[in-house]
Amino acid sequence: MVEGKKGINFLKALLYLSPAIILMAIFTFYPLINTFIISFKLDYNDLTGDYSGWGFANYVKVLSSAVYKTALVNTVIIAFVSVPLSIILSLLISVALNSIKPLQKFFQTVFFLPYVTNTIAIGMVFSVMFTSADKGLINTIINSLGGQSVNWLGGNNNGITLLPNVFNPNNQVFSSQWFTSMLVLMFYIIWNSLPFKILILLSALQSIDKQYYQAAQIDGASKGRILTKITIPLLSPQIFYLLITSFIGAFKEYTSVVAIFGDQAQPVGGRHNIATVVWFIYDKMGDASIGAMGLASAGAVILFVIILVLTLFNNLVAKKKVHY
Amino acid sequence: MLILIVLIIAIALVFKLLKKKEDKTIENLERCNNKEYIETSDELIRKEKTIKRTRYAISYTFLTILALFMILPFYWMIITALKTQAEIDLFKPTFFPKSPTFENFKYILNTKYQLAVSGSSTLRFNLWRLMFNTIVVGVFSTIGTLVTTVMAAFAFSRIKFPGRDFIFTIFLATMMIPGEMMVVSNYIIVVGRLHGLNHYWAMIVPFLISVYYIYLLRQNFRQIPDELYYAAKVDGTSNLKYLFKIMIPIATPTLITISILKLMGSWNAYVWPMMVTTVDEMRLISNGLMTAFSSSDGRANQGQQMAAATAVLIPLLLVFIFLRKYIMRGVSRSGIKG
Repeated sequence: MVEGKKGINFLKALLYLSPAIILMAIFTFYPLINTFIISFKLDYNDLTGDYSGWGFANYVKVLSSAVYKTALVNTVIIAFVSVPLSIILSLLISVALNSIKPLQKFFQTVFFLPYVTNTIAIGMVFSVMFTSADKGLINTIINSLGGQSVNWLGGNNNGITLLPNVFNPNNQVFSSQWFTSMLVLMFYIIWNSLPFKILILLSALQSIDKQYYQAAQIDGASKGRILTKITIPLLSPQIFYLLITSFIGAFKEYTSVVAIFGDQAQPVGGRHNIATVVWFIYDKMGDASIGAMGLASAGAVILFVIILVLTLFNNLVAKKKVHY
Repeated sequence: MLILIVLIIAIALVFKLLKKKEDKTIENLERCNNKEYIETSDELIRKEKTIKRTRYAISYTFLTILALFMILPFYWMIITALKTQAEIDLFKPTFFPKSPTFENFKYILNTKYQLAVSGSSTLRFNLWRLMFNTIVVGVFSTIGTLVTTVMAAFAFSRIKFPGRDFIFTIFLATMMIPGEMMVVSNYIIVVGRLHGLNHYWAMIVPFLISVYYIYLLRQNFRQIPDELYYAAKVDGTSNLKYLFKIMIPIATPTLITISILKLMGSWNAYVWPMMVTTVDEMRLISNGLMTAFSSSDGRANQGQQMAAATAVLIPLLLVFIFLRKYIMRGVSRSGIKG
């Protein structure tokens, strides 16, 4: 530590911190407040700065808009399906990886591979693999197993949709096409999120004291018991960390949607079925009509509140439940 | 297919090795013990061995299936890029290109072609220009970030000043705020007020600071013992000299990690560059890929599209192969709660 006169140290620190503080002030703190303010301005014109009054009308408009409702439902579904699935899957993979010796490094490298990729490029690959046409890779596999081509991304009238008639057939948004397309998105999101989780869980697994396992072995504990009574409790801080960061990540899902379904977030012939909360914000920002920026701001503030609640909940539970 | 065969062979080899080893131990045990009670324990050992072997078999099969699932998109991308249009149009897709061709890659890499992909639109996919833009943005934002990060981390770890922990906590708290909160009014400032549309600086300046990297480097700086600092002070070294001669060399691996992650960030940046550019000449690589090959309508030329995706991924894969160690350091560090 630099000892010395407080005043001089303060000036020195200010000098070193000035680039960071100036940049943060312009691109973090000011926008934060500004977005809040804009979200309450009615008919805000972002070019001239004019507005017609103050109020909650933007929030009412956003929350009552059909597209936002779709987006919110989609986002919640993405979070509650993809996060638990990918955590369970990565936990199983990490435990299996940790239990083998030969080829461990090789498998580790393979499972880390999707971390270093471009979301857009691989999203395109997924959309090619899941083409609705009969010649798509996944449809060919299904055909060769005796199934019918699936209309994954829409546009193939001969293709079937999975789970027909479960949803109201008159519902244009949450149709069986929506379900089928959502499945592709889930596949992609899980595929994309596994490497990070495996890396975190595996490095935690490798640092667990071997003595726990030796003691369990002497007591004759079964593998299942060892997993649920030793491994998972000892990994709980990492699992909890992954749970909360992935939940936040799932609420911010955007690029993967655009990569597979295009910037309208829909299967062919759909109506923004695959929209997410963040997609709504960017869609409104791209809208040149007056007042759209206010709606985008309101959308952003709602997202901020959701994430804030998630974070606070995390801190509350982490103190009580997580075994350290 | 090729990968599948290689994997199967590798697994078979491993099993053979394991079996040989186990057979030998069992043989040895049998040779030196012939008493009855030892024979029963011998049986137990054998039983345990079979259990272990099936467990290994399950582990390896599970891992192999999922590893194939992980590799499949990469494999499909590359072989589709190597196929001729006639082969892509086959009713039954082939798992290995019959007559591999580099035509698609030639098409993507040659800027003379005006790619008229995705139906009637005439968007150009000029790979070299896109790469150049991405590298310009990536390099400048990396240099800028390194400067701001080193300075801030030095202040937070080495200078004792009132309000230090308070300021640091505020910095950390901003990490929890979703970027979309800032994007909305940053867009108004950068494009509306500062007229940054289609300028490089609009894609660089807002991203010259990262709290996570400051946190990462601060942790690293704090590990350097104070004694080193006092020794340098006795020798009459100034703060700045100490920073450059001692701290930065010690923290070089962390700085490399930060640079790689930052460069990869520019390579993958999509939303913001899309907003602040309207012409193809100024787009970054992810945007160029997206705008040139609209994927949802299925009309895009798949071979060219996959060749372009491959071209975008190759630099990332090279980074992965040669610098994996540094990436993993940065990523796994984030898993340990500070």
